[in-house]
Amino acid sequence: MAAQLRVRPRVKGLLSLWHEIKKNWVAYVYISPFYILFAIFGAFPILFSLCLSFQRWTGHGPMVFEGLANYSHLVHDRLFSIALWNTMVIWVAAHVPMLFLALVLAFILNSGLVRFRRAFETLYFTPMVTSSVAVAFIFMTMYGVRFGLINFGLKTIGLPTIDWWGGTGFWVKPAIIILFVWRWTGWNMVIYLAGLQGIDQELYDAAKIDGAGLSQIFRYITLPLLKPVILFTLILSFVGGITIFDEPYLLTWMQTLGGTNHAGLTLALYLYTEGFVRGHLGYASAIAYAICAIILALSAINLKLFGKPPGAV
Amino acid sequence: MSLNGARRSTFSVISSLFVKVVLYATLTGGAILSFLPFYWMLILSTHNTQRIFRYPPPLLPGGNLIINYQNMLPVIPFWRNFFNSASIAITTTLLTLLFCSMGGYAFAMYRFPGRDRLFFLMLSTMMVPWLVGLIPWFIIISRLGWLNDFKALIVPGAVSAFGIFWMRQYISANIPTELLDAARIDGCSEFMIFFRVVAPLLSPAYGALGIMTFMGSWNSFFYPLLVLKDSKMATLPLALQILRGDPYRGGDYGVLMLGTALAMLPVLLVFWAASRRFISGLTAGAVRG
Repeated sequence: MAAQLRVRPRVKGLLSLWHEIKKNWVAYVYISPFYILFAIFGAFPILFSLCLSFQRWTGHGPMVFEGLANYSHLVHDRLFSIALWNTMVIWVAAHVPMLFLALVLAFILNSGLVRFRRAFETLYFTPMVTSSVAVAFIFMTMYGVRFGLINFGLKTIGLPTIDWWGGTGFWVKPAIIILFVWRWTGWNMVIYLAGLQGIDQELYDAAKIDGAGLSQIFRYITLPLLKPVILFTLILSFVGGITIFDEPYLLTWMQTLGGTNHAGLTLALYLYTEGFVRGHLGYASAIAYAICAIILALSAINLKLFGKPPGAV
Repeated sequence: MSLNGARRSTFSVISSLFVKVVLYATLTGGAILSFLPFYWMLILSTHNTQRIFRYPPPLLPGGNLIINYQNMLPVIPFWRNFFNSASIAITTTLLTLLFCSMGGYAFAMYRFPGRDRLFFLMLSTMMVPWLVGLIPWFIIISRLGWLNDFKALIVPGAVSAFGIFWMRQYISANIPTELLDAARIDGCSEFMIFFRVVAPLLSPAYGALGIMTFMGSWNSFFYPLLVLKDSKMATLPLALQILRGDPYRGGDYGVLMLGTALAMLPVLLVFWAASRRFISGLTAGAVRG
């Protein structure tokens, strides 16, 4: 008797679930394009890539199972370590000044001390609208060692010119970083501006009544309330920064891989070269998964430090 | 937010004026830096290579605009590439708007089993770096016979998780459920409700998402680099790369800058015309809720 009672509610639960599904069939139809396309072009490639990383394959002929050989090669691969180091350096060196600059600019624009806010917003946002190729070429001409605009400016002031492409390759990274900062500061500034607009004016008024100065207001009211927005921009730029490809590829094209001393070699560029230029599909897949693991590890550290899950902004 | 009240009480008028000058100078300096590369591009596009590679570099327009244009056309089928970029970008944008609004509408307006889990699953796909599945993706594309075909660039990108997220935010904030109930009482089918009643109300969201999608497609370099091998099928960013030429023979930089300028023009014009609505639409979705 008791067993009968236990089974019936469960069957009833399943039946009503099926009823709910059938009732909402339209919704499933509406969301299906995403899942279908993602299954074919997203999920399957991600899984197959894992399989590939254990093989050796050039795209033609048989796949040779190699176990962990690709990964052990990865650990000893000098170029991979260089690419990893470069990518990290470029990411940090680009993002710290960029986010700081964006914050300062947004704060100034929001403070009501200057007018023409819309015009400035549009001007600063314009670099985002252009293609990375176009921007890379313009900057390439500006980075000319003898005839470039930047060295011309330096010479006019009396400073020494910069050897952007030669020497030890030291200036290759700054070349990429400047390009990146120029491009993305406006975007982050606009997002911070919107965040600042969301902060209640009453908080500032109350602080002023209590006698708070400008820097105190900034540190104790503005920054804490902006933390979710800052986190949002950090996360958005994180994966994009780790997988930066266009700028290094375009700026160091036709030079040694990644420019002099591989100074501009990023992880994405290395993956592209190994997979699509040299045809080491299995090894490139291993590189891809290594990048994935690095991102996961860094995200975990990020979560521990800031304590907020990525979805809740 | 205005700090003017506090300022007048703690600073004298002179030092507040000084601060204003400094702020304006900083902002304007930054704006000039943002614009300088564009100005440089326009200048160079009106000169020939000899003048460009002479010291000091040119700072004012020259007279070579027409000649550069004439020299560009034999090297790349520019207008064909322009047409390619436009076709891909427009098709991708239309498909994205359609599918993402459908998806966002479903997540926002219907309560169906598994809704929250499916939504979270979709969001988490945004966290995966695009590089990971790249090689099998390419293999699938080539096995489908889509190499050198626009389909490879349009179909995989036709629905984006970001777009669905964006649309869902907008729809749940702006479309009242009473509207749907009223339409149902009037006898509308579910599909009719979406296409006739809800969709026309979504134009601001369509505007922002549309421009972003169009921009992303027009400017994209990496995927076309992988997929489009024939110069006649190439998009503008690829064509520019061809225009760049061989660094050993030396490309024609005036021509390159002209091509770059022309390639940028459509997106810049669209952006400047719609920038007010675009930026506010962008931030409304990004920060609120």
